[in-house]
Amino acid sequence: MKHLLLLGLGLLLLLPTAQAQGKYSTRTGSIRFFSGTPLEDIEGRSTQAAGVLDMNTGKVAFSVPMKSFVFKRTLMQEHFNENYVESEKYPTATFSGAVVGFQPGQLPGTGLQRVQVEGDLTIHGVKRRVRVPGTLELKDSHLLVSSKFNVAPADYNIEIPALVRDNIAKTMEVTLAFSCDPTPRLKPPLPDEFSSLFSPVGPACRPATRYRAGPGPGR
Amino acid sequence: MVLLAGLLLGTVPALAQDDDLLRELQAKAADSTHSRVPDFTQATFKGTHIINSQSVETPGQGTLLFLIQHRFGTLNSGAYNFFGLDQAVLRLSFEYGLTDRLALGVGRSSQDKTFDGFVKYKALRQSTGTHAMPVSVTLLASSALTSLKFVEPERTTRTRLAYTYQALIARKFSPSLSVQLMPTLVHRNFVDSKRAENDVYALGAAVRQKLTKRLALTADYFYLLPGATATDMRNALGLGVDIETGGHVFQLHFTNAQGMMESLFVPQTTGNFFDGDIYFGFNVSRAFTVKSR
Repeated sequence: MKHLLLLGLGLLLLLPTAQAQGKYSTRTGSIRFFSGTPLEDIEGRSTQAAGVLDMNTGKVAFSVPMKSFVFKRTLMQEHFNENYVESEKYPTATFSGAVVGFQPGQLPGTGLQRVQVEGDLTIHGVKRRVRVPGTLELKDSHLLVSSKFNVAPADYNIEIPALVRDNIAKTMEVTLAFSCDPTPRLKPPLPDEFSSLFSPVGPACRPATRYRAGPGPGR
Repeated sequence: MVLLAGLLLGTVPALAQDDDLLRELQAKAADSTHSRVPDFTQATFKGTHIINSQSVETPGQGTLLFLIQHRFGTLNSGAYNFFGLDQAVLRLSFEYGLTDRLALGVGRSSQDKTFDGFVKYKALRQSTGTHAMPVSVTLLASSALTSLKFVEPERTTRTRLAYTYQALIARKFSPSLSVQLMPTLVHRNFVDSKRAENDVYALGAAVRQKLTKRLALTADYFYLLPGATATDMRNALGLGVDIETGGHVFQLHFTNAQGMMESLFVPQTTGNFFDGDIYFGFNVSRAFTVKSR
């Protein structure tokens, strides 16, 4: 009986992949930022960015834990968290916005589609309205999202001491690459453990379950 | 301009719900990241050393740390000795992070011409999340070999050795306040008087209070547990400031101990801090990335 139930739920999870529209999400999106100066190149990479796109409304949101950025030098990583972005006070960077001029049903075909996204980028507790270019591409039922834009630390009250001012670029180049899975619409939400069992790509990139609106558990 | 305003206006009604999407995402992210990777507390202390004592920190994987420690003479040695600056004791050391948790170190002190080697392992790391850990625990084992020439009689290698075993237990209470406790055992193979003990037990404590992002006040203290050593020697006390710049940490301090290794300052501190037997000193470290991650 229990197995049948699980099997049924599993099938339900696989169903929405056939659907073209709806929400696409990932928890393993990559974000890289790069600061190049004649003195030093600084690069941080994270593969723990979470992102969600609603293809019915054109809305986009993503969030990345600051502590998930990995640097080539451990000391850089420590300075990044401790001195610059203050990860303990501001643990995540977020973006929340929408595709500019979005029309419902305008889902990307198999080709690459260029879009502009406008919304609020929050880093280091500072929220700024930004407009960034990006591309969307539907490939093997995954929605591939990419974007490249610049972020100036000074815009987000990230202080850089005079001593290292020449080592850190005035603007960082941010590159973002997400491969989003279609999000199944299920009620009630499945516990995490279950959804990972049925994920077609394994626990690292499992389809997201639907959450209740409003404050969830643990908030 | 009108077009831009139009676009801006067009997105406004959508905004109210944008945040819902973000909230949904963050609730989900909070659930998943916490169950997958514990959120380890970073930078409990700035350097691998606090003042005299070592901290729970180790150099990260592939990082080589070059550390210069310096203690001048006592402040009360007078103007003739330029308040101690004429005399100096030095320790040079290298520390290397084999992994993010395991580090090896070698050092050489001019006091007693001592060579030392140590192993440091981060056994527990303070973290938040589902499997939260309230403290970090780093285990330290070190050995010291004095290479001093003894005239009468010359000593064997065995009698030149001393060992230290220490548990460094630290908690970062807030981004600015970190506290560390250090139960310590120093075993000396050879002591020069009948009264002196081979095994010396001490309990150390250290604290760091950050004033700004790059400036912090530090203190460390070793309380010798009652015994002959506690009667004959003094507890080592250090008060200092940490100044951080790009790749360096400068630690300036005042202490009543001139030795810069556990086996020297725990059982062998003679200076009375409040009588002015204060050594001005500094630790400077420079990190080199030997292997990029």
